[in-house]
Amino acid sequence: MLTRLVSHDLPKSRWLALALVLVVVALALTPFVFPGTKALNVAAKVIVFIVLAASFDLLLGYTGIVSFAHTMFFGIGAYGVAIAATRIGPTWPALALGVAGALAVSLVLSLVIGLFSLRVRAIFFAMITLAVASAFATLASQLSEFTGGEDGLTFKVPEALRPATEYGSFLGVAFDGRLLAYYAIFVVALVLVLALLRIVNSPFGRVLQAIRENDFRAEAIGYRTVVYRTLASVASALFATLAGVLLAIWLRYNGPDTTLSFEIMLDVLLIVVIGGMGTIYGAVIGSVLLVLAQNYLQDLMKLAAGAVQGVPVLAQIVSPDRWLLWLGILFVLSVYYFPAGVVGRLRSRGAGPRRV
Amino acid sequence: MTSIAPAAAASSTVVGEAIPRARFDVVPLLLVVVIALAALPVVGSPSTWVTLTVAGLAMGMIVFIAASGLTLVFGLMDVLNFGHSLFIALGAYLATSVFAALAGPAASSSRAGDLAVVGAAMLAAMLLAGTMGLVFERLIVRPVYGQHLKQILVTIGGAIIGEELIKVVWGPAQIPLPAPESLRGSLLLGEASVEKMRLVSVVVGLVVLVGLLWTLNRTKIGLLIRAGVQDREMVESLGYRIRRLFVGVFAAGSALAGLGGCLWGMNQQIVTPQIGGQVNVLLFIVIIIGGLGSTLGCLVGALLVGLMTNYVGFLAPKLTMFSSIGLMVAVLLWRPQGLYPVVNR
Repeated sequence: MLTRLVSHDLPKSRWLALALVLVVVALALTPFVFPGTKALNVAAKVIVFIVLAASFDLLLGYTGIVSFAHTMFFGIGAYGVAIAATRIGPTWPALALGVAGALAVSLVLSLVIGLFSLRVRAIFFAMITLAVASAFATLASQLSEFTGGEDGLTFKVPEALRPATEYGSFLGVAFDGRLLAYYAIFVVALVLVLALLRIVNSPFGRVLQAIRENDFRAEAIGYRTVVYRTLASVASALFATLAGVLLAIWLRYNGPDTTLSFEIMLDVLLIVVIGGMGTIYGAVIGSVLLVLAQNYLQDLMKLAAGAVQGVPVLAQIVSPDRWLLWLGILFVLSVYYFPAGVVGRLRSRGAGPRRV
Repeated sequence: MTSIAPAAAASSTVVGEAIPRARFDVVPLLLVVVIALAALPVVGSPSTWVTLTVAGLAMGMIVFIAASGLTLVFGLMDVLNFGHSLFIALGAYLATSVFAALAGPAASSSRAGDLAVVGAAMLAAMLLAGTMGLVFERLIVRPVYGQHLKQILVTIGGAIIGEELIKVVWGPAQIPLPAPESLRGSLLLGEASVEKMRLVSVVVGLVVLVGLLWTLNRTKIGLLIRAGVQDREMVESLGYRIRRLFVGVFAAGSALAGLGGCLWGMNQQIVTPQIGGQVNVLLFIVIIIGGLGSTLGCLVGALLVGLMTNYVGFLAPKLTMFSSIGLMVAVLLWRPQGLYPVVNR
């Protein structure tokens, strides 16, 4: 039953399995074990990033193409919900309309970009997505009467998900609409990740991996690589859109910096590379590590910066504003020395002595 | 392919005759003229049109300077450098430092003195960016030759590190970069006003263009570079170290990116930490339009993008970014490998 649920793609390492179970249980019990808004916010962000990074892994890890427009689709999902909720009102039909509209926009956009750039050369894809994504981000902040511009949109969610809605008390914790929203996001994310596992372990997923390993050969065997690559990018875009929907529902706000910024794109890249490319599980591990580090390590950097305040250059380098510097160094080092990521390392340990 | 066959057949009949000269393709160049002329009735007043066209050509030249290195690096070694934006930012930031350092002596001096300051800033930008290019090539690019996916990831990572270090040195705030006193304002050509700084950019761009064309077409190194772009293995098997050549091209390309960034900053009169990223997007569009690896294509692409951006920026400012993307789409539909496709790729 459990094997079927994860599409026969078992963790294949005792430590990895343990870590995954720990993550799922911890996320499920966060409201009860770690009280407080910050812990809940961090947990919700972890969940959203797991979906976002796992969908990116379908592209980067399984198909072997780099897209810089992933946050654009993430943003489309979030803006879809935000715009529908502000224009129509905080009702379920409005929400559904927003999600459907966002999915449609992402579908068309990713199909056009994919067909257009992958037809010529796969290497164009990275450059063209970068250009389109930056143009989209500019447009989103310029169309202020529609998207709220730089300020973004703050909106209301349906009654049932509001913090003011009380459902009684459970195990000593007041179960309100906020918690209901958290568990809704949790369940949807779980389903989405399992669906992604299903996709990558299907015959379609195998073709994608064949293209990643040797596209010329895959084409020669008779698979239209353009079609498969485009389908993979469309699927990945749709999942990213849904991740954006989840984030918007949780935050009840969306703006350019929360979903469209290039920093988020880097976070996703880092999550996938550190967690392990080509293993959906890597996205889970990577997201937990990165989001926790982002939320708690920056406090540590603040302390360190305070300690070396007098020293001129060092104080600058360890200041929390230079967080991205350390991410970048970590990123380059992990691409060089750690290409299989955490999951790859754990699996090769589990597989017995390392082959020389 | 079909167009080559008759030529080959013709030359084989007369043994010993020189290889037939490749016909020069003028259509893309005409396209630049056509777009400029087509914009005239849309823009309306001729004086505005002259201003916009000069601004477009200046922007095109700057983008060409910055992009020429990128396209050669790709053509020579198949290295797709996403870290090119770093050198652009470096050039722009160094210009602010040079201006600040020389502000005292230049404040009261003549136009010659101001031009000397600008020249010093450009030279310094080229030197620093070129040196950093060498370091970048050694530390970031060299370990991942031949692996496209890793190249993209690692060069992006390198660019992030570099740009954060720039923020450590120059601070995260935007820095104004006003042109020197005598180069401010604009000249009046009839009713059209042309900013002086743009003229400087056009002149510098032309100098770089001539220098580049001369190096590529009239020197042995240029011959090797062009041959390497066409067929790397053949050049290697003739005994030339293409790797060493590549390092040189990488450093020169980075230096040109620094120069481009320096000029871009002076034209914008402000330097922000995002400058590299903004220009980089344009560079990618330009080298895709031109055909990866082609210098001439890079020039034509840059001029097209520069003109298009300025016309659309005047007519419908919100669509500026999409106009270059639309242009790229149109060009790729017409010629999927870019305006001047490089053979054997």
